[in-house]
Amino acid sequence: MNTQTASSIFSKAPAPGMADPVHDAQSVFRSAMNALAQPGTVQQLDDLTLSPPAPLSVAATALVLTLCDYDTPLWLDPVLAANEAVRNYIRFHTAAPFVVSPAEAAFALVSAPGLLPAIASFSTGTAEYPDRSTTIILMVDELYENAGVTLKGPGIKTGKQFSIAPAPAMFWRQMQDNSRLYPLGVDVILAGTNQVAGLPRSTKITGLEA
Amino acid sequence: MTERAETQSISGEHYNFAYLDEQTKRMIRRAILKGIAIPGYQVPFAAREMPMPYGWGTGGVQVTAAVIGKDDCLKMIDQGSDDTTNAVALRNFFVETTDVNTTTKTKDASIIQTRHRIPEEPLTKEQVLVYQVPIPEPLRFLEPRETETRKMHALEEYGLMHVKLYEDIAKFGHIATAYAYPVMVQDRYVMDPSPTPKFDNPKMNQMEALQLFGAGREKRIYAIPPHTKVVSLDFDDHPFEVTEFEQPCAICGAESVYLDEVILDNGGNRMFVCSDSDFCEERRDAGYVGHPGTNPLEAEGND
Repeated sequence: MNTQTASSIFSKAPAPGMADPVHDAQSVFRSAMNALAQPGTVQQLDDLTLSPPAPLSVAATALVLTLCDYDTPLWLDPVLAANEAVRNYIRFHTAAPFVVSPAEAAFALVSAPGLLPAIASFSTGTAEYPDRSTTIILMVDELYENAGVTLKGPGIKTGKQFSIAPAPAMFWRQMQDNSRLYPLGVDVILAGTNQVAGLPRSTKITGLEA
Repeated sequence: MTERAETQSISGEHYNFAYLDEQTKRMIRRAILKGIAIPGYQVPFAAREMPMPYGWGTGGVQVTAAVIGKDDCLKMIDQGSDDTTNAVALRNFFVETTDVNTTTKTKDASIIQTRHRIPEEPLTKEQVLVYQVPIPEPLRFLEPRETETRKMHALEEYGLMHVKLYEDIAKFGHIATAYAYPVMVQDRYVMDPSPTPKFDNPKMNQMEALQLFGAGREKRIYAIPPHTKVVSLDFDDHPFEVTEFEQPCAICGAESVYLDEVILDNGGNRMFVCSDSDFCEERRDAGYVGHPGTNPLEAEGND
């Protein structure tokens, strides 16, 4: 201990979590709840003073800190899993156990749509317990209302235009396949820079971009 | 009638915001998100013991505690009324543990926790309606085994429920189920709407507000997102019918609302009044009067 100065210890410590864990988590949860209850609407997060290690975005980090703990096995995409700073940060703040197999994960944190593995590799629940499925927190650059694919289903009055960027060709097909599994399937919470949107398994997707 | 608690009591300082610890809230929040993603499906959750007995709304309280924030405005109703025992006790619980604003006005509330009624005033997409549920499983009285009811939901095997409604028709000539009337949610799950009168069932269909259901003793959470199809089960030749009342509210004259029967004296006199106390109050303030011509609440000898 006496060979290390205090500043060198602090320099290795993970960055702080939420400034106000109780109320920040509550407001982030409300945004996530509204996002899943009204699929395709972009929910703005309150200003959070989070400084997660790159490439984690504030929104994605806020969702992980709000929803994950020692009860929720977490799967990280290969890029995040190889990032020691990211692992340390999440481990320190949530104590969530990391899993290697996406099928064992309660949550999956994916840093870009292109890194999303096949939906079938995640847990999609069982016929008796469709809730025993993976919830995917997917980082994207931008979320757009009123453009792109058309979403229909619970939470949507008639039809809702929605798109994300980047959106690899495979992504919307994967989401379509996912909704066909209903009531099984995964739920996706999309995390923009400081915004969230929801794509629950109940949402039907039509009008794929060419 | 928005009021703020003047002082926060000792208990408020010694408990976490909204009573529950953060890990419990996370667990409940995860269950709520799953419930929203699978409308009408009962998500098991690790309900905690609450500082009130089962049957007082421990499920609804836990859901509200996981959802509520310091900027929320809470309305708490019991059988439509803001001032009955259960509503007052639970409202005070949240005032003590969260110090949030409370209201009796339906349109001012951001969260409405209810015991067995849906307010008459249409809800908006900014609002959340939290139901207290005693028995979440609609098939429970037909099939006591959880393993079997789980399978029945998995296989969409709801014939038994139709047989039950048919037996009503065979016995009484009509479907005699008047409350906890089973509904089909988004063409997939049969759901117990909690013991709300069947009068309220049509309001659940395509409602603007998010509806969350909490059953504490049975440890289940389920949800209906806004704009979700909710259909009361029925038969082509015996369609679902809403309860109709022969007379309007005796206090405010409202028609097409749910009424409570009030016994007036030993002579068998009675009146029917709005079950939704806020709705009735608003109408009285707007100058409406009931058919007796005077407000029975202001009658002589009535303190």
